[in-house]
Amino acid sequence: MSVDARPDGEVVSSPPNAQGYRGFGLGEFTFRRDEYFVYIGWPTGSHVMSADAFLRAIQRDVAWDFFYGTVNFDGVFGTVNHYGTVDIFAGRYNDSYRKAELDYAENVETPDIRETFKAVLDDWTNEGFDPFAAPHETGSAFGIKHGSNTGAVTRARVAAERMVGVPGDEVPRGDDNGHPVNRMFRDVPIEAPVVEAEPGFEGEVAAFNLFEYLARSQVTWNPSVVSACKDSLFCPTTEEYILPIIHGNDRVEWFIQLSDEIQWEVEDRDSGGVRARVIMKAGDVAAMPADIRHQGYSPKRSMLLVWENNSADLPDLIASGQTPTYPVEF
Amino acid sequence: MAQGVQTVSGSVEAESYTTKFGSLDDYDKGRVELINDDARHYAFSNIFEVASRAKPYEKIAVGKNMKYVIEAVRAEGTSAWRTAAHDEFALVMDGEVTVDLVKLDESPLPADAEGSVALDGEPAGRRMGRLVLRRGHQGLLPAGAAYRFTAERPAVILQQTIAGPDTQFRWAQICQTA
Repeated sequence: MSVDARPDGEVVSSPPNAQGYRGFGLGEFTFRRDEYFVYIGWPTGSHVMSADAFLRAIQRDVAWDFFYGTVNFDGVFGTVNHYGTVDIFAGRYNDSYRKAELDYAENVETPDIRETFKAVLDDWTNEGFDPFAAPHETGSAFGIKHGSNTGAVTRARVAAERMVGVPGDEVPRGDDNGHPVNRMFRDVPIEAPVVEAEPGFEGEVAAFNLFEYLARSQVTWNPSVVSACKDSLFCPTTEEYILPIIHGNDRVEWFIQLSDEIQWEVEDRDSGGVRARVIMKAGDVAAMPADIRHQGYSPKRSMLLVWENNSADLPDLIASGQTPTYPVEF
Repeated sequence: MAQGVQTVSGSVEAESYTTKFGSLDDYDKGRVELINDDARHYAFSNIFEVASRAKPYEKIAVGKNMKYVIEAVRAEGTSAWRTAAHDEFALVMDGEVTVDLVKLDESPLPADAEGSVALDGEPAGRRMGRLVLRRGHQGLLPAGAAYRFTAERPAVILQQTIAGPDTQFRWAQICQTA
């Protein structure tokens, strides 16, 4: 099942197959797709995923630059971010694979995996399919290669330095900058806050309508920074259907449900053993401990505030046991 | 049979949807369903429930990540003036809150101080302006400014900040424990 890989700049790839898709290589891993499926190979095994599930997962991994901790594409394949390098693994966090000694992982430089994954995402995403969109909002991922959707898969991730709406920072969303209100949020009030700044303080007196901002989001399961108190980041996002990855934490993160409802399946980060279900409704707050992995289910498009501590020290503090995996003692 | 709208995917979805927000008067709390874990690890609470049981302007932590906190604040009447040496943010989750801002002539805090402190009396400085925030509005409480909240009717603020001397930790009272 090997890809006939050859160097193509920094990305190792093979010419298009009979379905029109290029194959790719990264270290000892190989990637190829056909009309329905993606096939991943490594020295001790192989794996198959639905093409649409794979593309939705790799879209998040690329957009988040490998995020905090582990991005499991499913129960077998994924990445672990070491903030400069990335582990790419198969079966490493799956008890059965580990016991059978079929698991495998490689550590690669972040630019190498970033460019390879971007190339895979771009080549394998067909015209009409948007991996960031909810299933109702996009066409099919399947079939032979037909066109591309580069604009959709290369959206810039919003990251306010101070707060959305502060002069010089990220601007609020509106009809005039290409962000119509989403069909599931037409009932959300979009009135602007009253902001009255005295002369000379226009850059300090600021507010924006966060709920309107989220109502105008065109993507799902894609946290973006709207405010920063040093390393404390508010990263709200709109959610519909299923989180396309299973996120394994390397630090505690918090969820604040702003609207509607999400159900979270929580598993042990390393073994996959089920630990809890967390049912969150508007106003609920919950921590996700640093030793779990989680996947969310949102039956209606909802607003979720993900609250992160961006400190670079946290993964080592938690891995070394100096900081507990859960947030508070009581 | 329900009416619907054909989507680009070929599926049919509802013609309209209702977004469910919470409020002091109307909230529905979820839960942690345990399978093999301890509920306390999730520190599960509800902002509206916490605010409904709070005194005006108590700063009750509903989230903590090392030194950082998010606080549920019941806004009712006029608060004391406060200040911090770093930016803070106020997200109104229910009701309407007016925020008055004053640029302090002299901050009582060193530049690297963390967490907000209350000020005695009226702040000395230039008036910066004011914000009127309703549900879903998020306002900047800028570093070095004094700020004061006013709410004619009970409202709820979620504040993004760093733990300070007035932050209240009441995990056993506000969180699911079993």
